[in-house]
Amino acid sequence: MMKLGIDIGSTTIKYALLDENRNLLASAYERHSCQIAEKLIGLLEKIQTDYHLEEVDLAISGSAGMGLCEQLALPFVQEVYATRIAAGVYLKDPDCIIELGGEDAKILFLSNGIEVRMNGTCAGGTGAFIDQMAQLLNLDAEAMNEAAKKKKKLYTIASRCGVFAKSDIQPLINQGASKEDLAASIYHAVVNQTIGGLAQGRQISGKVVYLGGPLTFNSELRQAFDEVLNLEGLCPQNSLFFVAMGTAIMAEETISLNTVLQKLKHADVKMNYHALKPLFENEKEYADFKERHGRAQVRIRKPEKISGEVILGIDAGSTTLKLVLINLEQEIVYSSYRSNQGNTLELVKQELTELYAKNPAMKIVSSCVTGYGEELIRSAFGADFGIVETVAHFTASRKFMPEVDFIIDIGGQDIKCFKIQNGVIDNLFLNEACSSGCGSFLQTFASALHYDIEEFSKLGLFAKHPVDLGSRCTVFMNSSVKQAQKDGATIEDISAGLSISVVKNALYKVIRTANAKELGKHVITQGGTFYNDAVLRAFEMELGIEVVRPNIAGLMGAYGCALYALENRLEKSTLLDAEGLAHFKNEVRTVQCGLCNNHCQLTVNSFGSGKKFIGGNRCDRPVSKKASSDSMNIYNTKRELLNSYQPHPGVRGKIGLPMALNMYEMLPFWHTFFTELKFEVVTSGKSSMEAFHKAQNSIPSDTVCFPAKMVHAAIESLLDQHIPIIFYPCMTYNMKEKGTDNCFNCPVVAYYPEVIKGNVLRIKECVLINDFVGVHHKNEFPIKMHRILQQYFHDIGLREVIKAAKSAYREYDAYLEKVRMKGQEIITRALLEDKEVIILAGRPYHVDPVINHGIDKLIASYGAYVVSEDVVESDYNRDHLKVLNQWTYHSRLYAAAHYIKDKPKMNLVQLVSFGCGVDAVTTDEVREILEGHGKIYTQLKIDEITNLGAVKIRLRSLLAAIEQGGEEHESR
Amino acid sequence: MSQDKVVFTKEMAKDYTILIPMMCPIHFELLRGVFVNSRYKVELLTNSGPSVVEEGLKYVHNDTCYPALLVIGQMIDALKSGRYDLHKTALIITQTGGGCRASNYIFLLRKALKKAELDFVPVISLNFSGLESQPGFKITLGMMRRMLAALVYGDLLMDLSNQSKAYEVTAGSSMKQVDSWIQRLLEQFRQNHGYNRRDMKKNMKAIVESFAALPKEKTEKVKVGIVGEIYIKYSSLGNNNLEDFLATQNCEVKVPGIMGFMLYCVYNSIQDDHLYGGNKLKLAGIKLVYWYLLGMENLIRESIRKYSDFDVPGSFENLIEMAAKVIGLGTKMGEGWLLTGEMMELSESGFKNIVCTQPFGCLPNHIVGKGMIRKIRELDPDCNIVAIDYDPSATSVNQENRIKLMLSIAREKLHPLPELQPQGQIEQPTAG
Repeated sequence: MMKLGIDIGSTTIKYALLDENRNLLASAYERHSCQIAEKLIGLLEKIQTDYHLEEVDLAISGSAGMGLCEQLALPFVQEVYATRIAAGVYLKDPDCIIELGGEDAKILFLSNGIEVRMNGTCAGGTGAFIDQMAQLLNLDAEAMNEAAKKKKKLYTIASRCGVFAKSDIQPLINQGASKEDLAASIYHAVVNQTIGGLAQGRQISGKVVYLGGPLTFNSELRQAFDEVLNLEGLCPQNSLFFVAMGTAIMAEETISLNTVLQKLKHADVKMNYHALKPLFENEKEYADFKERHGRAQVRIRKPEKISGEVILGIDAGSTTLKLVLINLEQEIVYSSYRSNQGNTLELVKQELTELYAKNPAMKIVSSCVTGYGEELIRSAFGADFGIVETVAHFTASRKFMPEVDFIIDIGGQDIKCFKIQNGVIDNLFLNEACSSGCGSFLQTFASALHYDIEEFSKLGLFAKHPVDLGSRCTVFMNSSVKQAQKDGATIEDISAGLSISVVKNALYKVIRTANAKELGKHVITQGGTFYNDAVLRAFEMELGIEVVRPNIAGLMGAYGCALYALENRLEKSTLLDAEGLAHFKNEVRTVQCGLCNNHCQLTVNSFGSGKKFIGGNRCDRPVSKKASSDSMNIYNTKRELLNSYQPHPGVRGKIGLPMALNMYEMLPFWHTFFTELKFEVVTSGKSSMEAFHKAQNSIPSDTVCFPAKMVHAAIESLLDQHIPIIFYPCMTYNMKEKGTDNCFNCPVVAYYPEVIKGNVLRIKECVLINDFVGVHHKNEFPIKMHRILQQYFHDIGLREVIKAAKSAYREYDAYLEKVRMKGQEIITRALLEDKEVIILAGRPYHVDPVINHGIDKLIASYGAYVVSEDVVESDYNRDHLKVLNQWTYHSRLYAAAHYIKDKPKMNLVQLVSFGCGVDAVTTDEVREILEGHGKIYTQLKIDEITNLGAVKIRLRSLLAAIEQGGEEHESR
Repeated sequence: MSQDKVVFTKEMAKDYTILIPMMCPIHFELLRGVFVNSRYKVELLTNSGPSVVEEGLKYVHNDTCYPALLVIGQMIDALKSGRYDLHKTALIITQTGGGCRASNYIFLLRKALKKAELDFVPVISLNFSGLESQPGFKITLGMMRRMLAALVYGDLLMDLSNQSKAYEVTAGSSMKQVDSWIQRLLEQFRQNHGYNRRDMKKNMKAIVESFAALPKEKTEKVKVGIVGEIYIKYSSLGNNNLEDFLATQNCEVKVPGIMGFMLYCVYNSIQDDHLYGGNKLKLAGIKLVYWYLLGMENLIRESIRKYSDFDVPGSFENLIEMAAKVIGLGTKMGEGWLLTGEMMELSESGFKNIVCTQPFGCLPNHIVGKGMIRKIRELDPDCNIVAIDYDPSATSVNQENRIKLMLSIAREKLHPLPELQPQGQIEQPTAG
């Protein structure tokens, strides 16, 4: 009997037909565009006629095949397992198989104990990810592979998930990085993601086999794996069909093809999901809605030929370029809204050249730029002004609706919302890197289902049963959509569901509201995504209020810029004129900045005539050639203080401390303690991304926070130094501080040493002391510590330990006091010099520049003085807290928030590491404290890689709002 | 502000209905009986479905763990359902007081109620460490004993039904037996019987014998153990009906009982004293409770051993020993070393296939779950563990696919494949 295996993945359908001797007779690989049943029918009918088959041993595999098998009662084989079977039959002693699919990544270890692994729900798509990235670069998959061959250098791109990577790549594109380099960098990101997420401590070595679509089609992806793994992997013949072949081998049930075909054709897909209310019940409702929103108009008068004085506004967004010309009466005379195709610079040049050529009588007398590409465009074309997006949008909205009290803008990559009170931006919300599935998110889905975005969203308007897709990131959404299809949702229902989920994402994840009343009475919606009627309607329905969508919803940023430029018009515009433009040149170079230890990758655009733009920098140094004032930055002070704990030779030999997590605060304690006990105390030193990548294969949980992942790097660094003893204790409790309910560390800080012990293979090269230590009981500590040390060093006496402990506590207090003193000094200086103070609040380990991405320096470069949460004390009434204040580090956040509530020139920015569960509690509480006192709450979510572009917007918006608030305050 | 927190007064205790979120149905049904017996009006929440998640997402920070989101969502959904007189309704939620986020659930619930404009509904904290005062709700020593008895019965019924369900001849007979016992026990509770040691011994003997008497057919099943964060592990709302799914996949399921968790909590206080020092008087008291609980656990084990040939669940002291091979016993946040120990014990007792469940991004489970799998496999290479994350948007398709992978490996171990003969015909690099 012949055997037929069918593999239905998330994007493709594959089959393999085998004879009795397991020889492959036929196979095919096709994209199914979610029309699974139709494709399968076609495929089976072809097999039936080509091979005159009545019956065959049949089984089905794949993530999309599972539902089908349940529905039609057909035998199912799990796809990873199928690979394992096929590998056993068709390969000679493979050690390891790496298989990438549309959305899944799998690693199979076949020698020394079989182990199979699949990515979790978060690590996200791989094939789909590459497709998305290719789209972003405006290349097809094949062209991307070709491009990668010509790479000159690699950029670090987040490997944690697709959305993150996207927000890394976008700024690089906007800074002018070459597609060749980006393509190669994307492949490397996939490699890091696969290894980081799946290897989990097992070495990938020996005979490695690459399978699946992406690895078959992209030679450069294989190359990237080879490079990183330092071996030469094999991509065997039929590498696309291993799952299908394995499934065929496993097929035991003889099934009549006609029966299957009948079942498929008459499958009655029942609606088996929770449906939401339709967006519109009928055409009439839609017509009324259209009419209502048609009323919000800005005068647009577009003449054949533009003449006279006009003002230019440009919004260089992450995926789109918006350009507006207005006349002195503030009417729009020209506008354009287009995808930036990864090359904003060229597009602006094109636009301007055309405008100059077509309208010789036109004179641009002022200009202003906003958006991601602001700095680049401004320096390239000499625009007069550059303003932060929030200001641009507010300027436009105010012109439009003076009493506006809430603006929500959903663009390609960002959601921005501002609350306005007394004519000032009072609060702003921006989406975090993780939930950035916004406009481009709908776009991606539309094209994945082979629709044009407009057509796609219109489908949803009259959907009868919109499907509930939740409110999470794109990666999750992919599988939700798959599930919905399985449950019988139509394309219309999915379209409506996606629009609704965009709205829910904005409301519940970004703004975190539950109540429309919190938003205000006069709400303006803008940004390209609100052109989409389905999204707009879903927004109104979710909030239960009517909102205003200007007719130029997508152009508001550019229009606001133009208004700003008009108001602040200079005597003579600095914008390049037609002649200057004709001579415009652009050359891109990449260099590594050597001015500090961050070693940023800089992209330098030279525009001829000596003008330059430098991107990729985290601080002002490479641009202004001078160091930002480090002296008024407590993060710098802390780093210097910690650095002063150097090893002193000791008779008991070397002991190593990993600089990670709580060690950033406990170093003074342990360094003194062990130095006093005559050890030579060595630390793991400065952390680096290279060290992280080298150590990441021992991380067992890919969703743990980045600071915890850095522990692996710190430990490896100590091992590299051949330190014989590493001291990294488990600490359930931290030091007891006043005003707290308890003094816990978070579970990750408390017990990460256990993870190190269980997962870092090389740890056997040293003695790891990771016993449980309690520093909160000062009197008992020496006794318990003595008991611990006795296990390792028999000659250590209790008396010695008591003395060392005393010194250690003293040094710890002294260290904290030094930090506090310096902090107070900074605050006082700021008061005297009338400077803004930002409390950059986080955890002790956020001083690590690899973890904080130089955000402290960035803030300092804006002229603000930087202190941390632990330099202020506040005698607030802790009964007012609405949370259990039981973690030492976190209680400081509440104290800091209370401290600044009545200090006009102090604001708080909270650093939150992605995946920090405890901060789900603290951020809401800190926000409530601040907002209760009329302060703006700013949160920066940081991870392995952080989109500094978004961070900059957030910080600049905060500073602009503070400034504006200050002015209003004075003028009153 | 916490001073406007609505306190559950003695007055309210008279006619308020207290809503209890559901976790494990057998135990909680019995616990409900204990509350009723102590003259509280209580109701178990069984509402489920998307509106629960919906309300949770709306009123709870979306990065908060899934159990908080579900429990709070379930409560708000219930309050909004119109089934209750809102001014005669109170809520109850556990508060553990450990270093995990879970200690903050009650605060998150109050915040959520405020957002939903339901903050006049009093919230009762169920804790044994005196974290909050509430004059209308007191757990007396007697009540504590009765609650404990309910949990002991619950563990016994859960374990026996799991052992018998997979092999029963008449489908549904085991669960029918469970239901009938719940009714009988509740009837005893109403008459203030069934709580003391003598009654318990008698009841437990009868329970074991009744399950032993159910007709069973020993067929070959894949043995799968479930461990995890306590809510996700037990609650079908939290784990997308994991137990039912495994049953459809021809598995015998084992879920370690709640007594283990109780013992673990008490044992941690003893460990704390050992590791960090503390009040010796308090320690003596805690040890007393510990011995008492061990006695209760022993009741379960002894009755199964004496009156049936069902497998006897491992003892807590064995669990400690197993866990200590892999992880430090000071790891006490969330499920801590207990979870690691349960994986080891399951594996030792023949349940080598394990689903380790956790809410997405669960902090302790980075350490004690996913963080220890490698080490466990190092000690026991046959152990076949899959870690599954649960989350409002994690789809069951994804979860079930990963579980099926684990089951494929499990089945292969049950029926080793005939040697796979390499055929060599195919192994050539592709072009390009």
